[in-house]
Amino acid sequence: MGLSGLQIYKLLPRTNCKECGYPTCLAFAMKLAAKQAELSACPHVSEESKAALAAASAPPIRLVTVGSGDKKVEVGNETVLFRHEKTFYHQPGLFVRLKDTLPLVEFEAAVEQIRDYSVERVGIPLWVDGIAIENASGDEANFATHVAAARAKTEQSLVLIASAPGSMAAALEKTDESAPLVYAATVDNWKEMAELAAKHKAPLAIRVDDDLAALAELTGQVKDAGVEDIVLDPGIRDLHGSLVTLTQLRRLALKSNFRSLGYPIVTFPGEGVDSVEEETIQAAQHIAKYAGIIILDHFSPATIYPLLALRQNIYTDPQKPIQVSPGLYEISNPKPDSPLLVTTNFSLTYFSVAGEIEGSGRPTWLLIVDAEGMSVLTAWAAGKFDAEKIAKSVQQFSVTDKISHQKIVIPGLVSTILGELEEELPGWDIRVGPREAMDIPAYLKTWN
Amino acid sequence: MPVTVEIPKEKWTGKVREVTLGATADEGGTRQRKVTVGGEGTLPFLDFEGDIPNPPAVAFEVQDRYPEDWSALLKEVWGDVLHDPGAWAKKAAECGADIIALKLQSAHPEGDNTDAAHAAATVKAVLSATGLPLIVYGPGQAEKDNEVLVAVAEAAKGERLALGNCEDKNYRTIVAAALAHDHLVIAKTPIDVNLAKQLNILINDMRLDLDRILMDPTTGALGYGLEYVYSVMERLRLAALTGDSMTQQPMICTVGEEAWRTKESKVNEGVPAAWGNWANRSINWEVITASTLLESGADIIVLRHPESAKLVKKTIANLVAH
Repeated sequence: MGLSGLQIYKLLPRTNCKECGYPTCLAFAMKLAAKQAELSACPHVSEESKAALAAASAPPIRLVTVGSGDKKVEVGNETVLFRHEKTFYHQPGLFVRLKDTLPLVEFEAAVEQIRDYSVERVGIPLWVDGIAIENASGDEANFATHVAAARAKTEQSLVLIASAPGSMAAALEKTDESAPLVYAATVDNWKEMAELAAKHKAPLAIRVDDDLAALAELTGQVKDAGVEDIVLDPGIRDLHGSLVTLTQLRRLALKSNFRSLGYPIVTFPGEGVDSVEEETIQAAQHIAKYAGIIILDHFSPATIYPLLALRQNIYTDPQKPIQVSPGLYEISNPKPDSPLLVTTNFSLTYFSVAGEIEGSGRPTWLLIVDAEGMSVLTAWAAGKFDAEKIAKSVQQFSVTDKISHQKIVIPGLVSTILGELEEELPGWDIRVGPREAMDIPAYLKTWN
Repeated sequence: MPVTVEIPKEKWTGKVREVTLGATADEGGTRQRKVTVGGEGTLPFLDFEGDIPNPPAVAFEVQDRYPEDWSALLKEVWGDVLHDPGAWAKKAAECGADIIALKLQSAHPEGDNTDAAHAAATVKAVLSATGLPLIVYGPGQAEKDNEVLVAVAEAAKGERLALGNCEDKNYRTIVAAALAHDHLVIAKTPIDVNLAKQLNILINDMRLDLDRILMDPTTGALGYGLEYVYSVMERLRLAALTGDSMTQQPMICTVGEEAWRTKESKVNEGVPAAWGNWANRSINWEVITASTLLESGADIIVLRHPESAKLVKKTIANLVAH
C-alpha cells in the first residue's frame, strides 16, 4: 500500500535543505506520494527510511517475469479486484503442457505448432506464450533432452514441471539461463528447488494444496532462502474452489497487504475436468479471475482462439477502449463515385466494417467519426454518434473534395437519425445500411 | 513460526430480489414447474460470505417462424422442429431447458407481419406443449411489440410470463399488460448502470412490484463487447449488494442470440485457419460468453445450441457444488 504524503514526510530529514529541488521536505513528500518524484533526489535520507519507503512502495502483488528476451511473460502487479476500478495490467501467460513421454519427433512437431500459432483480432496479433514441459517419464536425461529440444525450437517462455530436483537441475542446464518457471517447490523439496531457482535466476512456483497458511509459510521460507520471484499454486483444481481461492488470494494481497501471498498464481484448468470443453471453461474463469500463468493440457485452435479473445477483452483498459483515428479511410482504392459509408471509431466496429468492405471487393470510402471509441449503438445512446457529429465529420474531413456524389450510408442500427441527418446535410441522399457488418458485402452489391 | 491467514470477508448489506417465473395450477397458471432466480447475498458463487439460494437458470430460445438467418450448425442440430414452436419448445425441454424464451419473430412488420391473434395462438400452443415457464419477446419493433404482447398477456393471464423487452422509450404498454394479467417484465437497457437503474424506477413507478422485474443489461458476445457488459454487470451486482435497491433485480443475458451472430459462429467460409474447427469454435464462443457472464452475475442465460446448454448447465452445477 502506498504511504500518504504526511507518512513519507516523517521519514524524511525535515531540514528543508531544498537540494531535492523542492522548497520544503513536505512539498517533496507530497510529490513522492503522487509518484511524481524519486526518493534518490534527496541526498540526506537515512538508510532506514530508504528501506521503509521501499517496502511500502513495493507492489502488493509482485511483478514476476517468466522467460527472457522479446517473448518473456510478465505477470502480477495487479492493483484491483474488478477491472472497472482501474484496469488489469498484466494479462495471464497461456502455456500448453507437453510431456517428456512424447517421442521426441512428435514433441518437436507439437512445439512448432504451438510456436507458429497466431491469430489476429482488431488488428492485434495474439498468440500462445509458451510451452510447459512435464517430467512424466521421471527420467532425468530424457527430461533434459526434451527441454533442450524445446529451447532449440522456440524462444517462447518455458515452464519446467518436475518434482525431483535431479531432473530439474539437469533440465535447467539446457535452458541457456532463459529464466523458465521452475514448477514446483513443495514442503518436501523446497530447499533444493530454491537453490536451483536462485542459481539460474529463474522464477519458482510453490505448491501447497488446500492450505493457504502453509502456502504462506513456505513462501516465507523460500524468500528467506534468496528467491524473490515466486508464483503460487494453491492446488485447487475445481471450478468453484478456484474461483473462491483465487478471489481470496487477490483480496489477501490487495486488501490485507498479505506480503507472503502477494504473488501471481499458476493454474492447471485441465486437471480434474472431464473434457477439453470444461478445461476451456475453467481457463476462461482463470483469465477473468485471477490467474497469472495458465497451463493448458490441450492445444486446438478452436479452443485457444476464444481464450485469446477473452483475454484481450478482459485486459482492455476500460478507460481507454481500443480506438482508431477518426478520418476518411480509403478501402480498395475508391474513386470519386465509389460508395461512402460512415461508422464509429471503436476499433472493433472499424475492423468488422473495414474487413467486410475489403472482402466485398468493392472500392469504398469509410468515414470514421470520433465517437470516443464506442460501438454504434452505445455511441448513439450516449449522444456521441448523432446527426450533428456525422455532419461535422463530413465537413472536418473534407469529404466533398474527394467524393463526387452526395450519398452517405449510415449503420442500420441508427436508422432513427435519418431525418435529423437530412436536416444537417441538406441536399444529401441519406441511406440506411445493414445492421450487421457481415451483411455489408450484399448491400454494396446493390449500391448505386 | 506458523502463519495464520485471515480471509477478508465482505459484509454485504443488500441482496438481489427473488423473482419467480411461471405459475402452477393452484396459483392461477398451468405450469408444471416454476423457476425462481435471484436472492444472492454475495458475489457470484462466493458462498463463503453470503447465501446463494437459487442457481442461475438456462433458457432456450425458440422462435415462431423458421429462423432462416440462423447458422447452418443450429439448423442442422434442431432439424424439423424449427418449423413448429410447440415441438421446438418440447425438444428444448428434453435438452434440459429450465425456461423457454419464445421470440415472436413472425410479427415483425418487415417480415411476415403476423397479427396479435396469431401471437396469442402461438403462445397458447407453446404453453400446452411444455410445462416450463415462458419468456415471451415481441419482434423488437416498438409498436408491434406492444400490439402482440398485450394480446399475449391477456391470452395467458395468470401464467407469470416474463414479457420483453421494456426499453426506456417503450415500456408503459407492456408494463400495463403485465400488471393487468399477472405477468413479469424484462427491462432492457444499453450496457449502462444508471440507465438500468432508471428503467427499474420508471417501471416500479407504474406500480409493478419489484419482484416482477428482470433486467437485461444488453449482452455483448465474446470478442464483440463482452468486456463492457461484464463490467456493467459487476458494477450492478456490487451496487445491489451494497444496498442500492433499484439495482437488485436478477439479470438475464441473451447469450445465444449474440454469440451466434458473430462471424466466428455464423460462417465457415473465408475465415482464417487459426480459428479452428467451426462447430467446436461456435460452441466455445457461446459457452465462454455464458460462463464469463455467469461469473459476473447473470441469473438467466438464454442459449441456442443444445450442446452449449449441456456445458453451461454442468458449469453452473460445478460452480454451486463443493
